[in-house]
Amino acid sequence: MPEASRDLRRPESLLQRCHIDLPLLLGLLLITLYGLVVLYSASGQDLHYLQRQSVFFLLAYGVMFAVAQVRLHLLEYWAPWLFMAGVVLLVLVLFMGVGAKGAQRWLSLGGFRFQPSEILKLAVPLALASYLSRRILPPAFRHVVWAMLLIGIPTVLIMRQPDLGTSLLIATSGLLVLFFSGLRWGYIFTALGLMIASAWPFWVFVLRDYQKQRILTMLNPEADKLGAGWNIIQSKTAIGSGGVYGKGWLNGTQSQLNFLPESHTDFIIAVLAEEFGLVGVLLLMGLYFWIIGRGLLIASRAQSSFGRLLAGSITFTFFIYVFVNIGMVSGLLPVVGVPLPLVSHGGTSIVTLMMGFGMLMAISTEQRKVSVG
Amino acid sequence: MHEHQHLKDHYKEARIINRRLLLAALGTLLLFGLLFYRLYNLQVVNYQDYVTESDRNRVQVQALPPTRGLIMDRRGLLLADNRPSYTLAIIKEQVDDLDATLALLAELVEINAEDLEGFEKRLQQRRRPFEAVPLTFRLTEAEIARLAVHEYHLPGVTVSAQLVRDYPMQDLYAHSVGYVGRINDRELAGFDDEQFHRYSGTHTIGKIGLERQYEDTLLGTVGYQYVETNARGRVLRVLEQISPQPGENLRLFLDTELQREAVAALDGRRGAVVALDVNNGGVLAMVSAPSYNPNLFVTGISHRDFRQLNESLDLPLFDRTIQGQYPPGSTIKPMLALGGLHHKVITLTSTVYDPGFFKLKGDERLYRDWKRHGHGTRVDMLQAITESCDTYFYDMAYRLGIDGLHDFGSRFALGSRTGIDIPSERAGIWPSRAWKRGAMGLAWYPGDTVNVGIGQGFSLTTPLQLASMTATLASRGRFIQPRLVAAIGNTLTEEKSTTLDSVDSRHWDAVFEAMENVVHGARGTAQVINKGLGYRMAGKTGTAQVVGIAQGEKYDSEALRERQRDHALFVAFAPLEQPQIAVAVIVENGEKSSKAALVARQVIDKYMQLQLRDSEQLVRGAESDARIF
Repeated sequence: MPEASRDLRRPESLLQRCHIDLPLLLGLLLITLYGLVVLYSASGQDLHYLQRQSVFFLLAYGVMFAVAQVRLHLLEYWAPWLFMAGVVLLVLVLFMGVGAKGAQRWLSLGGFRFQPSEILKLAVPLALASYLSRRILPPAFRHVVWAMLLIGIPTVLIMRQPDLGTSLLIATSGLLVLFFSGLRWGYIFTALGLMIASAWPFWVFVLRDYQKQRILTMLNPEADKLGAGWNIIQSKTAIGSGGVYGKGWLNGTQSQLNFLPESHTDFIIAVLAEEFGLVGVLLLMGLYFWIIGRGLLIASRAQSSFGRLLAGSITFTFFIYVFVNIGMVSGLLPVVGVPLPLVSHGGTSIVTLMMGFGMLMAISTEQRKVSVG
Repeated sequence: MHEHQHLKDHYKEARIINRRLLLAALGTLLLFGLLFYRLYNLQVVNYQDYVTESDRNRVQVQALPPTRGLIMDRRGLLLADNRPSYTLAIIKEQVDDLDATLALLAELVEINAEDLEGFEKRLQQRRRPFEAVPLTFRLTEAEIARLAVHEYHLPGVTVSAQLVRDYPMQDLYAHSVGYVGRINDRELAGFDDEQFHRYSGTHTIGKIGLERQYEDTLLGTVGYQYVETNARGRVLRVLEQISPQPGENLRLFLDTELQREAVAALDGRRGAVVALDVNNGGVLAMVSAPSYNPNLFVTGISHRDFRQLNESLDLPLFDRTIQGQYPPGSTIKPMLALGGLHHKVITLTSTVYDPGFFKLKGDERLYRDWKRHGHGTRVDMLQAITESCDTYFYDMAYRLGIDGLHDFGSRFALGSRTGIDIPSERAGIWPSRAWKRGAMGLAWYPGDTVNVGIGQGFSLTTPLQLASMTATLASRGRFIQPRLVAAIGNTLTEEKSTTLDSVDSRHWDAVFEAMENVVHGARGTAQVINKGLGYRMAGKTGTAQVVGIAQGEKYDSEALRERQRDHALFVAFAPLEQPQIAVAVIVENGEKSSKAALVARQVIDKYMQLQLRDSEQLVRGAESDARIF
């Protein structure tokens, strides 16, 4: 292999010895900085938010660094246990969880609150990759059924909280693993056909009123200008009025004058689009593209099926977060409450994401070690 | 089961996975393309629309209402003022439970059914989020204090101040100054674009009286400010401002002291007093009694209050001075005598035999004199006016004929509006052949002429017309259009006058002498008022028969009897040598004309007293000036 031979000729750098993938780190750091600049404006120039976010990032980078040191076979070994622990915690949430606005998502442990669903964001792809990589690929029907069960249990539990957005994203991360494992097209099309057929009962029996409302609002935001449609109208106005070059940093009238709701969390892309214009959004999308491209490269070069499946799932789940967030803020998708990765304010999601990137680095390291050795 | 034992083919699996990764990568590109297309659409294709939308969000145009011009009397006393008033409004978005909030508010402040109805209506209208919707417009100091105490469980409830019209003189000038009221739907529908613009910051408009007549002058010019607001509607900064121009002030001829005296003189009876300045047509006092408090109308009168005013038998809303049309009775006799002299149907020395009635040739009907056995065998003009002899004027009217009567009376503006500067003036009736044919479709009979000779029959005049007629007499034939406003801002209003020519000055002297006799002569019909009179006054009494109340209306008989008594009338001017003030008084159902004469005397007395005081002050002022220099 040409890459391996090139690596042979070069001495191992300090970063490589620390299990750090430089291109990935560079991309992450650039997005982090860009995100902090936007967050300062989006939070109404509140240094408090900036400080909190910076602390989260420091913590998250630390976690990433730590995860990057873990040997891949250990990850593979722990995957089922992590998955089971996550499911147990999800069941606990249903019985003794705390929450707000009609949703029960948190577990409170001596004053410290965390969302077990965050664990599953990584535990599901880990468990799926671990399970499927031990089978012959493409997976046989009964393995697909077991895999679907592994995906379905946490998905339903999270949906019951209720947290439709997170449950769908977690299901997606698992389904991606299944897809990458070479799931036969026949299964895929049959499943798609069944989904379309069951759309009506899903709408009637599963979705809550506020979830239906969000979908309806997305389809026609003008119908309820002051109520549910307000957010979307305001975010579209913010994005559109930014134009190509934007109104300038801290000069976005929609965001600075509080017309834009949730401007420092889920709707932060609207602030960016208003102040930095299409150019600013393309710059951010370029950076995301860089990270996704790097993740794809790591996945394709991984030494084991487990590494490939895990890296692929982490990378494309990350992309789906980006797509769903920008899609929802720009009015393409319903408002499901997905933060913009690495930019939106919020600690847990950043730590989880960076943990995933730590795994990517661990996979990258493994590949280099194997090719060297 | 044996398949399970197969060795995993790593190269094959890597190929499978990498192929799927490549597919996913293609999908990613596709979705990125979709996002790019969406953003391009928003930020490039529809850029202008969203810029407009964003500016509309952020920039609001607020109208700055102009301050309405003040109205003051001749001495600068305020008759119409602007005072701050407090409005209670609700920001619906900040209220959790609207019904509970309204219930609590109802305990703290007075909110009637109409307030609630209006509030619900305004709530339905299109408005911006976080825009306050007014609930009631007239909070008292006590209510504001109570609201402040309960502020913490009334989120979304705001109190704001704005200027509203106030009439500090209460009911003293309700009819002449009038009032403003909220612009109603009908008025709004009649607005053109320019008016919409002018009233964009103003909620009220002049409804009656001077407030209506001088609406354009008083209103002023609306100003604007462009403000940047946040999503909660709070104004962050003013981007641009065009200041409003206040309306012009009106200074009137009216004298509050004289007006008060006239009200006091009427002493609670129904009636009207109009006093004019003989030399310029200025209205010195203008009373229609009973009156009402115009402040009730400013922020919207309650149904109950309005019904009470509107259904009152005493008609407080009715402006008797310009809308009350009464038979002038004998008050027009001096004017008619002048006409007779002018047309030479009588002379200063010609006499008439008065047996107590007048009879037309070939007609059995008797036209009775008020005095049963007549005024004597040789009644001349002087005696006829002094004693108000009817027979003399029956005879004179008959000989002058309706055409002559109509022509001469018309020169004193009888039968047409005087043109005073308030709306809704009525013209009265000064009959003619043409009028009768037009109005009743009947030919004119000689008997009609006879009745006009004593101001009965078809003739109707307003108190203002009688005052104007008297002023025209006093100035020896100069008719000056009566007017309330002396100056708009610093500009004096113009005097419009016409002069009666070709009346012999000896005729004026004779009529003046007769009118002087009415007051000062031993047999004058108004001699009761000459006791202690320090100046010479010319006057004429009159009584008018009541025709108003229709049969069958349900009034109790006592009230009915009282309301069927004759109206008492009196016109006068003074001082005789150099007339300054002309007054017309009507006391409804006063029965005896002396009732009206006493009112007129009290008003003129006050006027003379004020003139004396003013001239003394002028002299004192000049003396103190002289000391300084």
